[in-house]
Amino acid sequence: MNLGMAFALLGAALASGLAGWGSAKGVGIAGQAAAGVVSEDPSQFAKVLILQLLPGTQGIYGLLVAFITLSQIGVLGGTAITDVPTGLMYFAACLPIALAGLGSAIYQGKTSAASIGLVAKKPDQFGKAMLFPAMVETYAILALLVSILAVTNIR
Amino acid sequence: MSELNYAYAVARIRVLEKYLLSDSDIEQMIAMPSDAAVLTFLKERGWGDESSAHETPETVLSEELAKTNALVRELKVEPEVLEVFSYQEMFHNLKAAVKEACSQDTHPGIFLESADYGREKMLRIVQEQSFDELPSHMKKCAEEAFQTLLHTRDGQLCDIIIDRATLEAIAETGRNAKEAIVRDYADMFVSVADIKIAVRSANTGKTREFMERAMVSSPSVDARRLIQAAASGKDEVIAYLAGTRFAGAAEALSESPSAFERWCDNQIIEIIKPQKYNAFSAGPIVAYKLARENEIRMARIILTAKANGLPESAIRERARKMYV
Repeated sequence: MNLGMAFALLGAALASGLAGWGSAKGVGIAGQAAAGVVSEDPSQFAKVLILQLLPGTQGIYGLLVAFITLSQIGVLGGTAITDVPTGLMYFAACLPIALAGLGSAIYQGKTSAASIGLVAKKPDQFGKAMLFPAMVETYAILALLVSILAVTNIR
Repeated sequence: MSELNYAYAVARIRVLEKYLLSDSDIEQMIAMPSDAAVLTFLKERGWGDESSAHETPETVLSEELAKTNALVRELKVEPEVLEVFSYQEMFHNLKAAVKEACSQDTHPGIFLESADYGREKMLRIVQEQSFDELPSHMKKCAEEAFQTLLHTRDGQLCDIIIDRATLEAIAETGRNAKEAIVRDYADMFVSVADIKIAVRSANTGKTREFMERAMVSSPSVDARRLIQAAASGKDEVIAYLAGTRFAGAAEALSESPSAFERWCDNQIIEIIKPQKYNAFSAGPIVAYKLARENEIRMARIILTAKANGLPESAIRERARKMYV
């Protein structure tokens, strides 16, 4: 395996690894809050579960970018990379979702936990409570778009 | 503990906040015809032991306090966050033990058994003069108060020594606290205590030395200026407070003594209000504990007033703000 291929694989690993780490942390934070609400009011289970799952999407976005990368660099398909500059380009293309996925998932988890508190107090405000963590998702989607556009247009 | 570790506890507290008494619940209780009706209302809200039909008001209130303490213990709040809220009870028991030890009379009813140092333990420490068993902030004042009462028989001097030590311990804990709610509580507690001392001293013509001995400076109150104002009379105290963040106290003092007492009690709610919008940290749990204590205190006022046939207007004058 050449150095270019190593860089491209590292990019794919970071995309799924960092975004997945962020999601795990975000879902974990929101999960603690959800458990707190359900321990006192089990009827809120469905609502708080949806809010808990919101920070999980970044992990999926990371997986998607990693999958596209692997299918382009000769691991799951496409042509193998033979030069370092191309490998570095794949590495750079994976970074947006890796970094924005990590950060946005953690902050979305915190916002979800706050929204779970809102639902606990005012269950009829579930629609509004959903919007606050959904706003954080915007930045993960932007990073996903940049990563996909970059990865698919390198060669 | 990381503030994120309180996510579970805060979410649980948010559900429980729905069951706190609101200002309209208090108004409804005040309008009820008797203490029995108030007790029934509270029992319907889940107060007391649901399996027992014949509970006295005092049993119901004690059970509610015990339930709150059990919940806070279960939520595993760090001990250093809760420490400051136990000082009043501990120092109260110290005062009771010093007086009982020096007088040789027994008054078990004056001790607060919910405190960390109950009657038996505190009395033994004072009688054996083994003050080293007490927490560091209590040792010195316990010995000083005991020796003072033993040799001078001056109960008021003994009270001042212990009350000042209480304020110093609360102020010190507040200064070193990481949690904003503990800092704010300590500042508010010491400031309100200083203002109360200044007002009472101005009303009874106490000396500057007395006030210097009793007051402790806090970040919000300049004890030196407050003493100077109190030495010149109540109007000067009002004028000084009007220019500080305690302008509400000046207004309440101008209105009536009970309005001032109500203002003092309402400061707790003012301190904890921001915690309604805090999603993490131990703040909302502490706020819930203080809010529960506040509503239990208010329920006690209404039950006692109703049992003694006080008019609604007299109870309303003593009504405190609620958290929700």
